[in-house]
Amino acid sequence: MKKLINSPADLVTESIAGLGAAFSDLIKVHFDPNFIIRADAPVRDKTAIISGGGSGHEPMHGGFVGRGMLDAACPGAVFSSPTPDQMLEATKAVDGGKGVLYIVKNYTGDILNFEMAADLARSEGIEVEAVMIDDDVAVKDSLYTAGRRGVGTTVLAEKICGAATEAGTSLSDVAELCRKVNASGRSMGMALTSCTVPHAGKPTFELPEDEMEIGVGIHGEPGRERTKLKTADEITKILLDPVLEDLPFKSGDQTLLFVNGMGGTPLLELFVVYRKAHRILTEKGIGVARSLVGPYMTSLEMAGTSITVLKLDDQLTRFWDAPVLTPAFRWGI
Amino acid sequence: MLTASQILRWIEQYAKLISEQKDYLTQLDADIGDADHGANLDRGFQAVLTKKDELAGKDIGTIFKTVAMTLISKVGGASGPLYGTFFLQASVAAAHKDKLSEADFYEILEKGLAGITSRGKAKVGDKTMVDAFQPAVAAFKRNLDEGADFEKSLSDAIDAAERGMLSTIPLIARKGRASYLGERSAGHQDPGATSSVLLLKAARTAFS
Repeated sequence: MKKLINSPADLVTESIAGLGAAFSDLIKVHFDPNFIIRADAPVRDKTAIISGGGSGHEPMHGGFVGRGMLDAACPGAVFSSPTPDQMLEATKAVDGGKGVLYIVKNYTGDILNFEMAADLARSEGIEVEAVMIDDDVAVKDSLYTAGRRGVGTTVLAEKICGAATEAGTSLSDVAELCRKVNASGRSMGMALTSCTVPHAGKPTFELPEDEMEIGVGIHGEPGRERTKLKTADEITKILLDPVLEDLPFKSGDQTLLFVNGMGGTPLLELFVVYRKAHRILTEKGIGVARSLVGPYMTSLEMAGTSITVLKLDDQLTRFWDAPVLTPAFRWGI
Repeated sequence: MLTASQILRWIEQYAKLISEQKDYLTQLDADIGDADHGANLDRGFQAVLTKKDELAGKDIGTIFKTVAMTLISKVGGASGPLYGTFFLQASVAAAHKDKLSEADFYEILEKGLAGITSRGKAKVGDKTMVDAFQPAVAAFKRNLDEGADFEKSLSDAIDAAERGMLSTIPLIARKGRASYLGERSAGHQDPGATSSVLLLKAARTAFS
């Protein structure tokens, strides 16, 4: 294992310390328990939004804390959910009197820990709602499984809901908006390489030079299917077809197209994927009104990409365009 | 009868087993999950061990409660809330007790298991820790009803847990992160069922 770390045990703490030092005008970092809050928290009379999850997905979620997006983020150990004590302390630090929305990706650990945190926060008199993101079409949705994973739509939901709370949206309305974003977004990902969890010290799986994993999540876990490597255009189609069929997206729809990098794939290649995805959507008469391209929800150093398509309406477009000032997203300010 | 110091030895012994087996548990998890089960549990139980001195002389409910709160705050993942809930329910069953009878110990296992199933909503056959835990608790109960001694009850419970653990190998996961793999999760032993067996084995070592 070759990594720029001092020790696996100190990695997350040292990284968020660096994030806090680099963006001290936007965020404040709290240690033990670890959480990141916007510098002006709590914002009085604004609904607050907290997200969190395992580390290793940077800039998600710590890089999305700031005006117009998250009020707090709780980073867990690498690929492990944060714990309820972090979430509870973050909740108390950002509650501005209008309640707190938890945006939770659908992973068993995240769900269980956020559930416990919500119980604890409510017992202290803070109003909390939790909305689950489960947009990964690679996972068969079934009553008998943990359900679809939360992937790319999470980033879009955090931006859109953050803008809504700046505009004075109540807790119950922003929760409803978040469910609407989740219902309107679909994603699928693939990996060219595995990644190495620092504690484990070796790659989570072995992937031969000429093979790829289709339908991976964001934790270096194997996907649904391993196939021979194909061209960027072929891979784009393999990812995009099930995404478009699932909602389904139709001719005349307006969309946001998000091509995400898994951490080890350069922008040079991501734009090749974007070009093909844009072409496929256009051929089907689906409009691409907004775009996002880059490594925003990563899986350590894994090479690969995921494609998210979000169906837009006027409300979602307005909140997407609204000003945001965070380490990772800055526009309209 | 089990004393509070034996219960404390159980926890210490489990921490030792987890530490010894953490790479194995993490490897099982890497095959079908996200390669953190051993490291997470080890981090939690090492934190529990730092509280060993303050727990000496405390009642059994307090010991379990401290273990629960430490795991909930230190482990993360799914195993933190699940093992945390086990010990939290055990602490309710053992509240203010300095000694546990065989029936009390059964109640701890039974309440702890009920906590795990209500938090995780898993059933036998879902390829989770419940596959090891549930038959173990049932085997302990059978022995208790037949008036068997504690050693035999625990020994049968461990055998049942190991059979349950091995039964997870061909199963397709229906809960937890392994369920994302669909049929590809078959052919691998569940890491949570494996760490559950260690919990009972630690009890045998600590109580004998």
